[in-house]
Amino acid sequence: MSRNPYVRPVSKTGWWLKQPRYMRYMSREVTCIFIGALAMLMLWGLKRLSEGPAAYETFLASLRSPPGVLMLLLILAFSVHNATSWFNVTPKAMPVQIGEEFLAGKYIVGAHYAVWLLASLVVLLMAGVF
Amino acid sequence: MAKSNKPIFWSLFAAGGTLAAFLAPVLALVLLLAAFGRVPSGLGYEQLHAFAAHWFGKLCFLGVITLFLWHAAHRLRVTLHDFGLRQDAKVAVVVYLVAAAGTVLTVLYLVRI
Repeated sequence: MSRNPYVRPVSKTGWWLKQPRYMRYMSREVTCIFIGALAMLMLWGLKRLSEGPAAYETFLASLRSPPGVLMLLLILAFSVHNATSWFNVTPKAMPVQIGEEFLAGKYIVGAHYAVWLLASLVVLLMAGVF
Repeated sequence: MAKSNKPIFWSLFAAGGTLAAFLAPVLALVLLLAAFGRVPSGLGYEQLHAFAAHWFGKLCFLGVITLFLWHAAHRLRVTLHDFGLRQDAKVAVVVYLVAAAGTVLTVLYLVRI
């Protein structure tokens, strides 16, 4: 054994900038910041809702500010990324075996997208969008 | 075998992540409509208050907010490590405390409605 083994220098903070696949991994990991932000936003809205109509109106007004709109656009983009990146790997995470064969991945992914669409329509209906 | 608290936090992370995958985009979309001044009728004070006053509405609020929080907390713990913050024990305490505080506050506000 060498007395000075070579240690490949790896940046603790910037390692993920080296390869596209590491960057894609980090793009999935950072979606949690926006899911957390959405949870905090809803928690804040719930607090204002519990405080009466006037307080709730100021919450709705705060959403209309430019930072509010920008934050919601980012939350929408990253939450879609969280959804699609998860649904697309579900055949690997949850393979379905039927006898000797495995169910083709497209059916598992497709089922997730179908449920996603249905759940979204239910929420839009409940929110009175249409 | 040594006992670990990992399964608890991991199952909350997985449940929250799955729920977020199905619901977060549409919830963001609904809030975005409100942000553009086209507040959906269900987000008006009277309607949303009535929804949150019902046990089913309370369950929806509780499930969505708290599971999103626990999902984000656990994943943020891992992500901070990936960004070079090598203080996992401290990070874990902070992120889980925030999620726990959020859970308590969600229950508190729901009880008040």
